[in-house]
Amino acid sequence: MRMKYVLSEVLVGLWRNVTMTIAMIITMAVSLFMLGGSGLLYQKVGDMKDLYYENVEVSIFLKTDATKEQVDALGQQLDQDPLVKDSTYVNKDQAYERFQQMYADAPDLVSAVKPDQLPESYRVKLNDPEQYKAIYDKYKTAEGIDTIVDQSKLLDKVFGVLSGFQNGALAIAMVMAVAALLLVANTIQVAAYSKRREVAVMKLVGASNWFIQAPFVLEAVVAGLFGSILGLLALIAVKVLAAGSSMAALEGLITPISWSDIFLTFPLMAAVGGVVSAVTAWVTLRFYLRV
Amino acid sequence: MTKTYPKASRPSLDNVSVSIEKGEFVFFIGPSGSGKSTIIKLLLHEVTPNKGRVVVNGKDVTSMRSWKRPHFRRSIGCVFQDFRLLPNRTAYENVAFALEVIGKTKAVARRVVPEVLELVGLGGKEHRYPHELSGGEQQRVAVARAFVNRPLILLADEPTGNLDPDTSIEIMRLLDRINRTGTTVVMVTHDSNIVNQMRRRVIEIESGRIVRDQARGVYG
Repeated sequence: MRMKYVLSEVLVGLWRNVTMTIAMIITMAVSLFMLGGSGLLYQKVGDMKDLYYENVEVSIFLKTDATKEQVDALGQQLDQDPLVKDSTYVNKDQAYERFQQMYADAPDLVSAVKPDQLPESYRVKLNDPEQYKAIYDKYKTAEGIDTIVDQSKLLDKVFGVLSGFQNGALAIAMVMAVAALLLVANTIQVAAYSKRREVAVMKLVGASNWFIQAPFVLEAVVAGLFGSILGLLALIAVKVLAAGSSMAALEGLITPISWSDIFLTFPLMAAVGGVVSAVTAWVTLRFYLRV
Repeated sequence: MTKTYPKASRPSLDNVSVSIEKGEFVFFIGPSGSGKSTIIKLLLHEVTPNKGRVVVNGKDVTSMRSWKRPHFRRSIGCVFQDFRLLPNRTAYENVAFALEVIGKTKAVARRVVPEVLELVGLGGKEHRYPHELSGGEQQRVAVARAFVNRPLILLADEPTGNLDPDTSIEIMRLLDRINRTGTTVVMVTHDSNIVNQMRRRVIEIESGRIVRDQARGVYG
């Protein structure tokens, strides 16, 4: 019976102040959506870093007039270098092949370039991709070398942008969370005010503190959970919309976010939404009801 | 015991010592601001004394932790000048509410509430809302709510303050009947008529001090 009483109080409370309830749920939803989104991005950036840095290469391009001896000497030196995991020699024909593949959709460009014009290179994999600078310093003065290009430089830029997105989402999540907190506190105050007579009588006849507080706290928790469900729906919507739009082109670049990733984010969002609301409501009541 | 409120220039109750026996009927009288209501608040553990001890039902509640307060209050009934009924609930629901929020089942309420409403003379008016009842009837609902849990003590803070003399007498008869069941009644009032008619123990307080404590006393 007491459970039934508490639950009906929760529903009545949410309905009595329905505009505030909706505002609370929406703010909560946006905040949790951003939180979930930044969580997913964080996870993805981690996955992608593992994947890309694993395959990252330093390309050492040779001068077109480099002699055979210079090329071989460099190859030997690279093979013996402790920083180097693996190095492959790419000759002009192989380079041309790659070039053809890369620009397959620009036949004019491909036909304008001859294999001779492309430089030979060494593709070097490092034991530790961060050690690029050491490689660069070591080989920049070696005979016959034109330029040294580090792919990880490019990746750094890509990941810089991605973690920028992630930090942005996290910042928005924080700001919205503050707004959501204030709304929860306000809603609870209004609810406590509209039930002040009941609360006074309950205190007088000796109702236990949890019994007085539970309906208010649960009200906030229910709103928080609704918010997290809406946030989840928003994440789902983003995935569906992204799959059907220009974002799909990025799928090859960014490892796809799977449905299970999204659904695994939900417990996090629901827990944050529920716990944060409950704590805020409880603290508000401590100040406001003094029970 | 002494109680001084923060920011007050003088104590609300100054070195007051009172002992009330089980089953007694006691009036606290005195002018406004004399400290009568502070007695009620101390007994309810709404405030704690700065000096001295408060013992209720044999238990020292002076330093009782606040989380124990709800259970403690279940042994005390309370009636106020302004009735404090819930306007959107009927007489029956008001009394049943007090039972249900301390964990009694609806079945218990169905058994006990009509009984107590009958006792206070509201039989047949169970389903009226407070605004459909007279002042005296509303106070009867409040008394029923205070008594339904069979408390050991009934505190009444100017229960007749909003009622006309005839209705006041009826409420007093009701409190007297409750007292005869063995319930200690502590009533704060400045209604001289009533005090003179009842001829019960009278404790007069002035400026926070007891100036008179008289068995079978009058308002004076």
